[in-house]
Amino acid sequence: MRYLPLSDADRADMRARVGVSDIDEIFVDIPKSARLDGLLDLPKRQSEFGVERDMSRMALKNVPASAVPFFVGAGAYKHHVPASVDHLIQRSEFLTSYTPYQPEITQGTLQYLFEFQTQVAALTAMDVANASMYDGSTGTAEAVLMAHRVTKRNKAVLSGGLHPQYREVVEGLTAMAGDTVESLPADPNATEDILSQIDDETSCVVVQSPSFYGQLIDLKPIAEKAHAHGALLIAVFTEVMSLGLIEPPGAQGADIVVGEGQSIGNGLNFGGPYVGLFATRQKYIRQMPGRLCGETVDANGKRGFVLTLSTREQHIRRDKATSNICTNSGLCCLAFTVHMTLLGGKGLEKLAKINHAHAVKLKAMLEELPGVSVINDAFFNEFTVKLPMEATAVVEALARRGILGGVPVARLEPGKAELENLLLVASSEVNSDEDRDAFVAALKEVLA
Amino acid sequence: MSMNNQGRPSAPADRGEMTEHPTFTGNKALQMEEPLLFETGRTDICGVDLDEPEDFVPALGAHARKVELDLPALTEPETMRHFVRLSSKNYAIDAGLYPLGSCTMKHNPRLNEKMARLPGFGDIHPLQPLSTVSGAIDLIDELAHWLVTMTGMSAVAMSPKAGAHGELCGMMAIKAAHSAAGRDPKVVLVPESAHGTNPATAALLGYKVVSIEAREDGTVDPAAVKARIAEHEGDIAGIMLTNPNTCGLFERDIIAIADAIHEANGYFYCDGANFNAIVGKARPGDLGVDAMHINLHKTFSTPHGGGGPGSGPVVLSDRLAPFAPLPFLRKDGGGTTWVESETELKDGEKPFGRMTAFHGQMGMYVRALAYMKSHGADGLRQASEDAVLNANYVRVGLEDLMSLPFGSRWCMHEVLFDDSFLKDTGVSTLDFAKAMIDEGYHPMTMYFPLVVHGAMLIEPTESESRSALDLFIATMRDLVMSATKGETDRFKGAPFHAPRARLDETRAARKPVLKWERPEPRKVQPEAAE
Repeated sequence: MRYLPLSDADRADMRARVGVSDIDEIFVDIPKSARLDGLLDLPKRQSEFGVERDMSRMALKNVPASAVPFFVGAGAYKHHVPASVDHLIQRSEFLTSYTPYQPEITQGTLQYLFEFQTQVAALTAMDVANASMYDGSTGTAEAVLMAHRVTKRNKAVLSGGLHPQYREVVEGLTAMAGDTVESLPADPNATEDILSQIDDETSCVVVQSPSFYGQLIDLKPIAEKAHAHGALLIAVFTEVMSLGLIEPPGAQGADIVVGEGQSIGNGLNFGGPYVGLFATRQKYIRQMPGRLCGETVDANGKRGFVLTLSTREQHIRRDKATSNICTNSGLCCLAFTVHMTLLGGKGLEKLAKINHAHAVKLKAMLEELPGVSVINDAFFNEFTVKLPMEATAVVEALARRGILGGVPVARLEPGKAELENLLLVASSEVNSDEDRDAFVAALKEVLA
Repeated sequence: MSMNNQGRPSAPADRGEMTEHPTFTGNKALQMEEPLLFETGRTDICGVDLDEPEDFVPALGAHARKVELDLPALTEPETMRHFVRLSSKNYAIDAGLYPLGSCTMKHNPRLNEKMARLPGFGDIHPLQPLSTVSGAIDLIDELAHWLVTMTGMSAVAMSPKAGAHGELCGMMAIKAAHSAAGRDPKVVLVPESAHGTNPATAALLGYKVVSIEAREDGTVDPAAVKARIAEHEGDIAGIMLTNPNTCGLFERDIIAIADAIHEANGYFYCDGANFNAIVGKARPGDLGVDAMHINLHKTFSTPHGGGGPGSGPVVLSDRLAPFAPLPFLRKDGGGTTWVESETELKDGEKPFGRMTAFHGQMGMYVRALAYMKSHGADGLRQASEDAVLNANYVRVGLEDLMSLPFGSRWCMHEVLFDDSFLKDTGVSTLDFAKAMIDEGYHPMTMYFPLVVHGAMLIEPTESESRSALDLFIATMRDLVMSATKGETDRFKGAPFHAPRARLDETRAARKPVLKWERPEPRKVQPEAAE
């Protein structure tokens, strides 16, 4: 087997050295009744060529985003990733190393994590960021638990503009942890009265901007009301690129900012791996979940970096830890940091502007179709279209015409009649005029 | 004019006294110092060419950014150099033996990377119509089949994003199952040798963690389990047990332990971090396990990537399968259905909720399946046997010099030493580990598990050749003899040859500096009046 360096002669010699004639003598502690004598009922090994052929066939059954006019968003976005990003993350020294437990020989990982934390803190306008969470949704659940630790309260209020699957992740975990969550109904028009839900028992208010429906939300009044009641504002985003153009949550009074970083440096990958961004105020750092990288010096006085404040973590604190998290999204952080390094602040602003311009153009084109309206007045690169018929059927019909034309809201909020005609449409820098023309023409046909 | 006939010297000159000179740059030939990207980056350049969009009327309402984003950029050549130089400061499996116990640092085949980057896997959106991603669903189905077959379990929850996330998923399923039976037990038993994630996970769900001590041979005694069960009669939610355990030993009484837990109406959660030792040798389903996460980034070789991303699918027994979270794959007379929401449920399906947005770590699924198909049933079994043989070869090569806390006995895929061989040498476990760095090795896992003093947990994996193991053993023997001879200089300041000497972790924690700050502009001092 091509990955196993021991030859049969090696194995025989080594068995003799350790004192067994049959390898199964070493597995003696496995109860006899549970020992497998033969092979598992699975295929035998395959050559590299054979595996590649099988898996390529499977891949060919899927329609890649780059192959068609593509307008699908709702929490994961198609953006261009520079070739240098993917090259760098495949360097052995990054790809095949582990959590930097030995800082003397992992300064590469530690320094990029420090750079990542700096970039995330700047983007969100917060004091500090951690070295990433699994993704935006699990990060949001961790943020709610952190708010409970900070406020010593256990009632969270979730906006109806929060991504429905993020809401489900938060609800599931907090319910199991014995906490209370009040989730407001789906709010496509951003008309909910969240302020009236905040009282002296509220631990945190969770608000997404741009909302799941694409609407930009003014966080300041929510932060003020939350703070007046001793509660925290958790600001969520699923499209990090929006932070190039819109007022960052940290400038609007957010206490914890958490979101999905996939759009910068990371591909779609059918939903994962992605990279959760997590930032907060200086005063809360000891309540943060996840790994943190900090600056220090070595024995010779040279600057270096280490994992720090690990007394919050499970491997030290065990059942008293702030979170059970161990793994982060290391390599996805690196992809984020490399792409962000290429862009810089100015580049991100420009890229965000291009995204916004494309969405504005597409919105105007769609609104010309009879019976079609866009419900948002302020948005970034995604908006909600109200169709004259069920969006699910429309999306299927578009797919048959070779166009991936968005996400029916009903896919994530099924069984709600008032949402059935709503379609989320995203447009990024990868869409050309031809893509938009094809989309609008096909939609016109489908609706006719 | 005459030609210079001096010639280029072709043999090294006499170096005289061998001394190391500090360099002007601080670099040491190929070992380069590298500033933070913010220190060399500028705000007036960009490493991506972007055209200014045509004039348009923005629709940002009152939400436009008011302050420019102050983040420097590097051009592409500078970016390449920055990160390549950083990479040179990292140890990696591709560079050397990485015997980090319990982490399974095995070879990461590049075929797997190539497969994950096929546009049909890497460039598909989690919410595009299911009719356009049938190959992705097929892949999840096939991987799930391999996982349940290898473990002898009924079902698998694919979506957890890492090992600890899988633990959380398994324990949530257990809590949901108790709840569905109208029970609310409060106690989870966790052996002292467990990974820290086990008690942290149980505590996160509001459980009281009750510890079980290890018996003298490093395994869990069913009598101790029964005693704890008796103390908390009627209140046992389950046990979280790692097998093979973190001492590198197979829990030989696992079936008796499982029976005791089941009799107490509890569930058996198995931490599958060490599954690499037993793939194809035993199936957890035959050992009484109700739930077990599988770290695809350990046993199935998806790259560790400097600490992630991981992937932690959880296999479930018959009793827990109905509680698997959304989304899941339903296979029945109607074929294969990808179930995403509660409105699609059929009788008997009682998912406890959702672990994450979308469908989990698809990029890792592709890599893991490529690994499995490459190995096949025969190769997977051989890999486990080689991993175990390699660990025992290391054990036999070192046991006369180093100390085995549980005596000379077979280990599984990792071998645990304690620090009693260093007693009175003045060399600590940490010093010893740091000296290994100078010899070109990543140290083993240290000070874990907590059940032995100065633990050193060595997991060579099946990826090491015999000659690589021989050199490792010889190096370790040399270090041990050096320590016992009192050559403390080799250890006390180590590492001497790494990119950095030992780092001051106390300073980092006392006044945390967690990001780069732009230096204040230097204040111009007013001229002192004469």
